[in-house]
Amino acid sequence: MTKLAGQSILDSLAGRFEAFEKSLNGQSKSAIHQVRKAAFASLNQTGFPHAKHEEYKFTNLTKALEKNIDFGANERAAHLSTEEIDSAKIEGLDAYNLVFLNGHYSAELSDEVSEDGLSIGTFQSFAKDNAEDLANQFGQLASHEDNAFIALNTAFSQNGVVINVSRGAIISKPIALYFIGETKEEQLFYNVRNLISVAELAQVTILEKFDTIGAEKGFTNVVNEISVAASANAKYFKLEDDANHTYHISNVKVNQAKDSTFTANTIALNGAMVRNNLDIRLEAEGCEANMNGLYVLSGKTHVDNHTVVDHLMPNSNSNELYKGIMDDKTKGVFNGKIFVRQDAQKTNAFQSNKNILMTNDASVNTKPQLEIWADDVKCSHGCTTGQLDPDALFYLQARGIKKERARAILLHAFASDVIENLELEAVQDHVEKIITARLEK
Amino acid sequence: MLSIKNLQARIEEKEILRGINLEVKPGEVHAIMGPNGSGKSTLASVLAGREDYEVTGGDVDFLGNDLLEMDADERAREGIFLAFQYPVEVPGVSTTNFMKTAINQVREHHGEKALDAVSFLKLMKEKMKLVEIDQSLLSRSLNEGFSGGEKKRNEIFQMAMLEPKLAILDETDSGLDIDALKVVANGVNTLKSKDNATIVVTHYQRLLDYIVPDYVHVLYKGRIVKSGTKDLALELEAKGYDWIKEEADATV
Repeated sequence: MTKLAGQSILDSLAGRFEAFEKSLNGQSKSAIHQVRKAAFASLNQTGFPHAKHEEYKFTNLTKALEKNIDFGANERAAHLSTEEIDSAKIEGLDAYNLVFLNGHYSAELSDEVSEDGLSIGTFQSFAKDNAEDLANQFGQLASHEDNAFIALNTAFSQNGVVINVSRGAIISKPIALYFIGETKEEQLFYNVRNLISVAELAQVTILEKFDTIGAEKGFTNVVNEISVAASANAKYFKLEDDANHTYHISNVKVNQAKDSTFTANTIALNGAMVRNNLDIRLEAEGCEANMNGLYVLSGKTHVDNHTVVDHLMPNSNSNELYKGIMDDKTKGVFNGKIFVRQDAQKTNAFQSNKNILMTNDASVNTKPQLEIWADDVKCSHGCTTGQLDPDALFYLQARGIKKERARAILLHAFASDVIENLELEAVQDHVEKIITARLEK
Repeated sequence: MLSIKNLQARIEEKEILRGINLEVKPGEVHAIMGPNGSGKSTLASVLAGREDYEVTGGDVDFLGNDLLEMDADERAREGIFLAFQYPVEVPGVSTTNFMKTAINQVREHHGEKALDAVSFLKLMKEKMKLVEIDQSLLSRSLNEGFSGGEKKRNEIFQMAMLEPKLAILDETDSGLDIDALKVVANGVNTLKSKDNATIVVTHYQRLLDYIVPDYVHVLYKGRIVKSGTKDLALELEAKGYDWIKEEADATV
């Protein structure tokens, strides 16, 4: 038998999984745990993505993780001061704040949420008290068969939230999930599994932010299953401005019912290596899916965005806009798949990926991938990668604006449409502030 | 104010300016005319500091400073203004914000306090009238989707805002109908004073009916081959450039 890719990771995980099972006590016979076991068995059979795997061609996650992350390290408590925890929060954002330290929900640091039509619980509490409900939601949209990282996440599913919004509920403010890891003395690896269900006609905004505090390396592996029922509207934000030595993999699986709207805003500003898979299934008519992405990178950060939008039925729209500003020795990858199935007539699907390279050492690999079986559709895609427009730069300078400032103005302008799409003012300000500091350094 | 001595410049391997000499004093208007490809726009760009051109020889003194030593933005802060032949479209940046940044950078350079929002708005309103430009246009992305006339008026608006010591108008008349041309010329004339100077680069004499020059220079093959008064412009309009070309080619 040929050796599996990532075998050393599998070896380290074996002990960890055993310890995890022991910690479950009575729950190890639950339906949920059977799913975990199946996922772990499957992971051990398939291994991690091979270097030549088409979906990982430009982002060799397996190698990076094997080299950098100690998968045998056990879960542990975080040692963080109030100031450190607060530093991770978005200033001025009026939201229900939920804080997770090293993956574990912290009730004392989180807001008490009490709003009609909104139910929030931790994965752990659901597993204990509502195992049946959880089993009905868990793994419905994200299967361990999809990819190795979902399998890994599924096997160790324990941390995260379950958010249910009832029919017609308009949630008054965003729900902000702050995942803060501490790596002051030791490395950290944890999984997060969030299950989000938005019922008919309901409306909610959910934001996720990931931070790691400490000098040691970290790895977070996140899976979100988001189900958006008929005529519901869900907005999802993901903010990655993590430490230079943190690895992050995220799989967001979305299912949209008739006339629903879903918007994903994926912002990556820092990290060692970030891989975001966003996978949206439009399974009924009249859906709208919006995908905004921004990556403003410096140092050696590597960010890979893979998106899929699958139009299965007629009359749905998808809009995708991803923009990147790449400085220093950064690497960017964009892969955008649009499927328009035979039944999905009158589909409108638009995709755009634009990149600015600030140095000769920065690079972007961008690949639009459209597969269309229907014949009456409007689809377009475009990608550009280039330097800052020298004519525009000269124009600004010719009015007395210093070169550095002129550069910053143009880069802000480049990113401005994605930032405008973010809608939440506090998030816009937060992103603007980071970009300004970065550009005017 | 501006003293150009034997200025030579090239782009890549192509020599374009082959020894320009020009003296401009405060209060004067100089017109630079010439056939296509004579180097008119190159001269304008070189004076403004465009980096595509390599200066290979000569000196340019501007108010006692070595102009060629300065970056484009520094030249602008010292009082040089180039009205672009093809104003650049800059998506995502409004003219208003752009001008506010520019004015305050110029003010900072001269040790002046930044304009507050109220004074800036007042100044802007005053200058907008001058070129009959609408505020809604200025809050849109800089030049994006502007008509040719709107772009040129926006150039003169910016010039009015920045009050340069030396304005260089590069083919500002190109693409303008007569009404727009009058608005632009009127703006330029209103801004004229005994302390500032203007260089008008143009192919046609038409603009000079409205912006009357003190001197007219004809550029050909990268050199000024003839200088005169505004009558020279009229002569060129009547006779074309061929006689000048012949005269110049004969002396080489």
